[in-house]
Amino acid sequence: MTTRMLGAPVLRTEDPRLLRGEGRYLDDLGQGAYEVAIVRSPHAHARVLDIDVTGALDVDGVVAVYTYEDLPPRLRERLPVLIPHPALTAARTQHVLAAGEVNHVGEAVAMVVARDRYLAEDAANRIHVAYEPLPAVVGHERAASGQLLVHDDIPGNLAATLTQEIGDAPGRIAAAPNRLTFRLDIDRSASTPMETRGVHARWDADDQRLRVHSSTQTPTSVRAVVASYLELPLAQVECVAPDIGGGFGVKIVHPWPEELLVPWAARLLGHEVKFTEDRREHFISANHERGQVQFIDVGFDDDGRILGLDVRLLHDHGAYIPYGLIVPIITSTQLLGPYRITDYRVRFDSLYTNTVPVSPYRGAGRPQGCFAMERTMDRIARHLGLDRTLVRERNLIRPDEMPYDFGLTFQDGRPYAYDSGDFPASLAKLRELADWDGFPARRAAAEAAGRLLGIGMAAYVEGTGVGPYEGGHVQVETTGKVKVATGLSTQGQGHRTAFAQVVADALGVPFEDVEVVTGDTRRFAYAVGTFASRAAVMSGNAIHLAALKVREKALRIASEALEVDVEDLELVDGHVRVVGSPATSIPLGVLATMSNPLRYAFDASARIATQFASPGTTDRPPVAAGESPGLEGTDFYSPLRSTFANGMHAVEVEVDPETSDVRILRYSVVHDCGTLINPMIVEGQIMGGVAQGVGGALYEEMAYDEHGQLLNASFMDFLMPYASEVPAVAVDHLETPSPLNPLGIKGAGEAGVIPGSAALASAIEDAVGVGIDAMPLSPSRLHALRVAADHR
Amino acid sequence: MKPPPFAYHAPRSVEEALTLLAALDGAKVLAGGQSLVPLLNMRLAEPAALIDIGRIPGLDVLEVADGHVRIGAGVTHERLRRDDAVAAVQPLLRRALDLVAHPVIRNRGTTVGSVVHADPAAEMPAVVALLGGTLEVASVRGRRSIEAADLVRGPLESDVAPDELALELRVPVAAPGTGSAFVELSRRHGDYALAGVATEVAVDGGRIVGARATFIGVGTGTAVLDLSPAVAGRDAADLDVVDVAAAVAGFVEPQDDVHADAAYRRHLAGVLAGRAVRAAAADALARAGAGVR
Ligand SMILES: Cc1cc2nc3c(=O)[nH]c(=O)nc-3n(C[C@H](O)[C@H](O)[C@H](O)COP(=O)(O)OP(=O)(O)OC[C@H]3O[C@@H](n4cnc5c(N)ncnc54)[C@H](O)[C@@H]3O)c2cc1C
Repeated sequence: MTTRMLGAPVLRTEDPRLLRGEGRYLDDLGQGAYEVAIVRSPHAHARVLDIDVTGALDVDGVVAVYTYEDLPPRLRERLPVLIPHPALTAARTQHVLAAGEVNHVGEAVAMVVARDRYLAEDAANRIHVAYEPLPAVVGHERAASGQLLVHDDIPGNLAATLTQEIGDAPGRIAAAPNRLTFRLDIDRSASTPMETRGVHARWDADDQRLRVHSSTQTPTSVRAVVASYLELPLAQVECVAPDIGGGFGVKIVHPWPEELLVPWAARLLGHEVKFTEDRREHFISANHERGQVQFIDVGFDDDGRILGLDVRLLHDHGAYIPYGLIVPIITSTQLLGPYRITDYRVRFDSLYTNTVPVSPYRGAGRPQGCFAMERTMDRIARHLGLDRTLVRERNLIRPDEMPYDFGLTFQDGRPYAYDSGDFPASLAKLRELADWDGFPARRAAAEAAGRLLGIGMAAYVEGTGVGPYEGGHVQVETTGKVKVATGLSTQGQGHRTAFAQVVADALGVPFEDVEVVTGDTRRFAYAVGTFASRAAVMSGNAIHLAALKVREKALRIASEALEVDVEDLELVDGHVRVVGSPATSIPLGVLATMSNPLRYAFDASARIATQFASPGTTDRPPVAAGESPGLEGTDFYSPLRSTFANGMHAVEVEVDPETSDVRILRYSVVHDCGTLINPMIVEGQIMGGVAQGVGGALYEEMAYDEHGQLLNASFMDFLMPYASEVPAVAVDHLETPSPLNPLGIKGAGEAGVIPGSAALASAIEDAVGVGIDAMPLSPSRLHALRVAADHR
Repeated sequence: MKPPPFAYHAPRSVEEALTLLAALDGAKVLAGGQSLVPLLNMRLAEPAALIDIGRIPGLDVLEVADGHVRIGAGVTHERLRRDDAVAAVQPLLRRALDLVAHPVIRNRGTTVGSVVHADPAAEMPAVVALLGGTLEVASVRGRRSIEAADLVRGPLESDVAPDELALELRVPVAAPGTGSAFVELSRRHGDYALAGVATEVAVDGGRIVGARATFIGVGTGTAVLDLSPAVAGRDAADLDVVDVAAAVAGFVEPQDDVHADAAYRRHLAGVLAGRAVRAAAADALARAGAGVR
């Protein structure tokens, strides 16, 4: 019997190779390639008066130096606005190399191509750029005041302002028996994947083809944009994402300047060219996220039920806005979490500043939204003297209200409607997993020993699996092995394992016989990309549908060959066999051979498909109308709208009463992402997310000074937590399948990070009794808050 | 993050190294490379030549002799940390090294290199300043001993001249009746600390008779604070440290940076000093009880 793979905690097939150091990451490619170094702006805002490259040209081993002036017309155009939106009235993107002005420290100004990166850096250091520094706009307040401008022609530094509204929030708030207004701040953080950005390109003059390898989350779109900017037919460009050492959102943005410059230079120079970003560059030239100021105005009844909620967001999107308004739109909607809020208004201003641009980083606007909503819940509880879980419980949407349509528009341009979920059950599970009711006793015992404990929780709903589509191709080879391809790329999530599980079940083949390829436009050219916790939902379902097509075809061919009705056949262990008489069977590999009528018997097994092998029918063509040769199938999954996963975290902390140092004692997660393909992988995703949530809450920030200099642009000073700072996580699952897709799955990739700041703020506040309105929270800041509270 | 060009030399003897140091302009000694290589990669240092001392025999001495721990320039943090004989006679070395970076860095970084590098956030210069001792250095001009008190002149500036090679650090063993502790708070395990304190206390008849401390991360360099006025005469077994914080607050000169503001660091130094003095007192009693001398 083939055991059911869907839902099994299968070990990841990727790991042995990666753990043995056999991964092929971008920098492992092109050992003979020329290498690139980029001259980057040291100023946050300046006019570029002159670039003197003569010193660089003297360096032995330098191949070429390029500035904006050297670029062909198409490459002089600004980078595309990837996601246009009607509200985005003042969109501005950068040039691949600065055209007279730089708008953040780290912006690309000139490119050096040399024999190796050492020489390229030597030469880059000898390029003299004359700048006329301009005042820098840093921080939400200065941007919003509009006194100084990032872009001369964009008044108020305002790229967009957008309001969404349901019901009558201001009216309900004014009439509510209780009202609270407050401000919440979240600082910047960033994806900071272990592998930085990188791109390698090779122009094949014989084939007239360009092959681009990029450490990207969207090879199909990189291919399209490279073809467009290099003015090449799409058919002459291929793009492959090799092994990727993490993306977390930053690598969905494209094209990075280097993603166009490197292929352009490779073609021009007739030689492989490679760019591998270094860590310092990554901090100042790859996008950040999270920085947002949020003003909350909430009205509620005496039981803690929210009557109206009015939210205003100031979103700092940095110097440019390549990814549109996605982050604040997600905050605007996902802020609502699992709560029934009928009267809601949210407005955001998306503001330019002279800092690194902002685009989604795992969680993408949700951690900020969750922080807003969950801090609101805690404030209501404190105001009314109620237990924090009780206030939440009273506001939850009930399972019988599903699907629940808020009447808002989500990031996919479609209704913001929850498809399924059982929030009260999740909360009950969390209280149990975290032993919420046992906490007062734990706290009392600790207090007696002079220790300070606190507990907190946060809940979220995550829209996952956004469209428009993904596809899958499944092919049974004549050996019986199954080859699967999907266009979206993978960056460590275990897609190859999870998708193989899907196919193994759909086709009744051993898991080991299924091999999955992702992110290679030569194998599958139609795809959108890996982001928004969408890969399992989108490609998982597409591959499932494609596998079903193959299944149907295999059964049909076998039915003819065995002269048995399809209904009497089953697919088990790589064979089609007759139900009840398993001895009568045909291996899938043989069916694959039979599916492809041949003229030439190139090997022994091929013989059965040749013209004289069997009598067969002569009254229809060998490949019947509407048929195609081969035991393979392609299909696409395109959802009506997003599917919504949800979860709740509880965290228990100890605060050192003297040093204000925070230690996490216990971290509990209840998670519902519908049907689980592989619970082990999902738990890994959650734990990784929790690690980043802890980072965002307690450690990471982008410390810009008023001049727009990033003061902590290294892993020495940007404090990504180590394993020693990340707690063990207890996870419990709930499975409410999505009614929207055949497999019933919902995305799981981003979930773990979302409630980190909200839950930790709640717990720390509970421990020290001082209100927490801003994250991240260092011991120094917590100490200052406690001192200030003592003096009040 | 690739270093600028430099010439690389790997001498096989001290004499050869000294000759190179004297002959080459802008040459730098390369020991474990755990401080120097990052500086090169960030292009914050551009030495014309590196003199790698990793292949010089005889620099790896590690022994207890004549009331001192002798630590050769080739001895890594980790080797020193793991040495039980050293820990028995001067436990503060291991206690501090437990807090220095991570195993992979300690496996390469040298304790002598750390002292010469004189990072104001590094543990070992503070320990050496507290315990006293000497650094033996040599150049073609001759040999000399630098007293612990004179070793560090300022942030990232030691008394070792550009043409000198540090050969060996000598740290006195712990005196009878003393106890020591190193207490710090770092944001992440193994990071340079926000603030830290090395202390040594002397106990006689169950009472504190002396207490001294050096600090890291709070702007005091390797200056030694005499904490005796704050704790002398008190019961070592249940030491009251109320007066320590005030003494520390008047001594440290912290600054704001991205990790903490000065007020917090001042507060923190006082808290940590109190804890360190208590721990050192307990250590002194424990060592006395165990008959260590
Ligand atoms: C991620 C990371 C974290 C770290 N955390 C800590 C920490 O928490 N605490 C801490 O104290 N340190 C820390 N370090 C630094 C580490 O301890 C270094 O190894 C040490 O400071 C320098 O020793 P080294 O042998 O590596 O010296 P090198 O880097 O080789 O040299 C440092 C300097 O000393 C000079 N030098 C070295 N040896 C000699 C000699 N024999 N004679 C003359 N000059 C010499 C060199 O010329 C150079 O200027 C950390 C390092 C890293 C990379």
